[in-house]
Amino acid sequence: MSKLAADPAYETFVLNMGPQHPATHGALRVKLLMDGEYIVEAEPVLGYIHRMHEKMGENRTYHQFLPNPSRLDYLSAMACTHGHVAAVERAAGLTVPERAEYLRVITVELNRISSHLLWLGAFVLDLGGFTPLLYVMDDREQILDLLERVTGSRLTYCYFRFGGLYNDVDDDFVDGARAFVKRMRDKLPMYHNLISKNVILRQRLAKIAPISAEMCRKYGATGPVARGSGIPYDVRKHEPYSVYPEFDFDIPVYEDGDCMARYLVRMDEIEQSLRIIEQGLDKLPDGPVMAEKVPKIIKPPKGDYYCAVEAARGSFGIRLVSDGTNSPYRLKLRSPCFSNVSLFGEAARGLLLADAVALFGSLDLVIPDIDR
Amino acid sequence: MSELPEIFRVWFFVAGIMALVGLNAAFSVWLERKVSGHIQRRIGPKEVGPYGIIQPIADGIKLMTKQLVVPAKADPLLYRLAPALTMITAVMVFVVIPFGPALVAVDLNIGLLLIFAISSVNVLALLMGGWGSNNKYAVISATRAVSQNIAYEVPMLITVVTMVMISGSMNLNTIVGQQQNLLQWYIFPWNGSILLPVSFLIFFVCAMAETNRAPFDLGEAESELVAGFHTEYGGMGFGLFFLGEYGHVFVGCALASILFLGGWQCPLGLLPGIHWMLLKTYLLVYVVMWIRWTYPRTTIYGLLNLSWKVMVPFSLAILVLTAAMLKVF
Amino acid sequence: MNSYFKEIYDGGKSLVVGLGITFRYMIQPVVTLQYPRQTVKMAPRYRGHIDLVFDAAAESGNKCIACGMCQRNCPSGCITIKSEKPEGAKKKVLTGYRLDFTKCSLCGLCVESCPTEALEFSKEYNLAGFKAEDYVFDLLKRCEERRR
Repeated sequence: MSKLAADPAYETFVLNMGPQHPATHGALRVKLLMDGEYIVEAEPVLGYIHRMHEKMGENRTYHQFLPNPSRLDYLSAMACTHGHVAAVERAAGLTVPERAEYLRVITVELNRISSHLLWLGAFVLDLGGFTPLLYVMDDREQILDLLERVTGSRLTYCYFRFGGLYNDVDDDFVDGARAFVKRMRDKLPMYHNLISKNVILRQRLAKIAPISAEMCRKYGATGPVARGSGIPYDVRKHEPYSVYPEFDFDIPVYEDGDCMARYLVRMDEIEQSLRIIEQGLDKLPDGPVMAEKVPKIIKPPKGDYYCAVEAARGSFGIRLVSDGTNSPYRLKLRSPCFSNVSLFGEAARGLLLADAVALFGSLDLVIPDIDR
Repeated sequence: MSELPEIFRVWFFVAGIMALVGLNAAFSVWLERKVSGHIQRRIGPKEVGPYGIIQPIADGIKLMTKQLVVPAKADPLLYRLAPALTMITAVMVFVVIPFGPALVAVDLNIGLLLIFAISSVNVLALLMGGWGSNNKYAVISATRAVSQNIAYEVPMLITVVTMVMISGSMNLNTIVGQQQNLLQWYIFPWNGSILLPVSFLIFFVCAMAETNRAPFDLGEAESELVAGFHTEYGGMGFGLFFLGEYGHVFVGCALASILFLGGWQCPLGLLPGIHWMLLKTYLLVYVVMWIRWTYPRTTIYGLLNLSWKVMVPFSLAILVLTAAMLKVF
Repeated sequence: MNSYFKEIYDGGKSLVVGLGITFRYMIQPVVTLQYPRQTVKMAPRYRGHIDLVFDAAAESGNKCIACGMCQRNCPSGCITIKSEKPEGAKKKVLTGYRLDFTKCSLCGLCVESCPTEALEFSKEYNLAGFKAEDYVFDLLKRCEERRR
């Protein structure tokens, strides 16, 4: 950064998109070296919201760590909890009853839809369109009401337990979820007409900040960012966990790698999640939601375990190193947004400031997930 | 009116125009918040007064009681002069706008030219505000706004020249007088040139771009550059920019309604007067607000391309076509 | 040349469609609730801060046996229990239950691990205060107040 900045022949100035900025969605600082309105170099500075979740993992027992994964990527909290619970179940050798697995998938997919809806609203807000944010909040309210009636919380659900779920759902949830699926299916064409087909938005997003598949592999980007660059990788299909093999869904992949491709990937993912929820509600078996013999104090055998799930932003992984005691020796969280934000430094070279904001929004970052 | 000494007439119009500018700002603020609220499926202000009608007064009181902070390294003259200049240009233009059959402050024969001459000074005010703030964000947005304003003045002026060719005079009162009933409004294609509705559209879009209203509000892009050229302004400085912007919006819409929609004339020729003028102008202001809350912001290149590659060729083509048609028919 | 005009036409059409959508929403009734004049009834499972379950049959009014499981299981250390064993009695009696809500993450481990199911989530959502002490709840006192 400093070599180019100190060169007097190259008239540049440093612009600080500071930790408090409307477009950085959290406490992220980006140091931009600008030549007029073009970005010459970009450097994200992290760490403003580091809360030592991995250290907390070492000091707490397995049960006591349960509220923590929700606070990482709080918009897709169910998926992060799923990752943690699946990792510990893999380590301790617990089997989860069928009904619990199906309900886990249904609630995770509902959470994925709510996360993508909020991303849509915030992204278009960054680009200057103020209304879709509020339309999205209206739809998201339906999901949050459904999940509140089941779990009791609206954002950071602590719903999964080792061996199953905290409590069961009732018929109201099933009816409400079906009504929501129908409502969302009717709303998606409206969103496409208002936002995706709008000529101003197309100009804003098409061919902006292309990220090649090679660059994605270099930085380890996963999720809609990688799928928008042509890499057809989805943890649900390629390393299946839970009951995902029973469902029939596609993974949208677009080749272009520009902001429009990433946008369309997420919109199509909403449609696919609706399909999964419908199939899940149709196939929901009866039975218990908690495994029979779950020890009160979990002590997995010594070893190294890893479990990855598909959160809304990419592949969220938990690596558990257990030394046979009731709290882990090491609990490493692999955060998808951390790999995605490392793309920003290279992809933002030569962009206008407005396009850098569009790139930032299309990467869909949640800063607490980066800093953990 | 003509029997009274001139001084009464002058004072009447000075007081009237200042009142109109102030009330227009208040009403526009209320209208904007209500329109944006209903588009976003919520109601706007409702607590202060019935339907929130006193809300703008509360906002005004708040702005006036705030401390006027001047940044330490800001240019003292430019920083303080910029909001005043915006307001001045907005108010000065009201002098030639005909509000009613005899309600025009100065009946200038070159009224149209005066309006554009004075509105162009608004660009200077933006640049002064951005540079005088000594803030990188403000400078970036001020330069964006200057290039945008210059680009959109060209098609606007070409369209106005077309209208002057059709009506034959630059006196706004005369132009309104020529549009007596609904069929004679200049927006309809049979009144001069076949592409007159397109002309109206071009004029309307250029008016929106001139006043830095969304989707062309790169100058004050809220989510990218904090607040653009008025980042460093608080309290009444910001209030003056605000007032000036709404004043310019009113002037743009008033001009559109005078040139194309008949000004203070009634569609059926019954009761001409100021109420028709206000109705038409505020209808256009409502459409401007409706457009703001629907679309995202354009990029700087999209904006400039729209102006130079679409608006200018179309307006030049309409000018040539109008000249040809006027010669033939 | 053709694509130039087609681009303008398609762009214009998309803009008009967008305007139509917002107009349709503008004339429909609002979906918001005018809080605080209208309030929402909380769902039965809503997670407010925990409360001791009021038991009319028990002498003390609650089902707590002062075992301390909730205190041990809480990841954030919000719960402090004071108990004593009166002379000649076989069991401990709860004398104080202090919940520091500023640290609570509403995980539900306390409610789940209680052997007598003495804890439940309250439906309190309207908590606003000026000091941190406003959020330290004395659950035994709250249970006594509910007895009356």
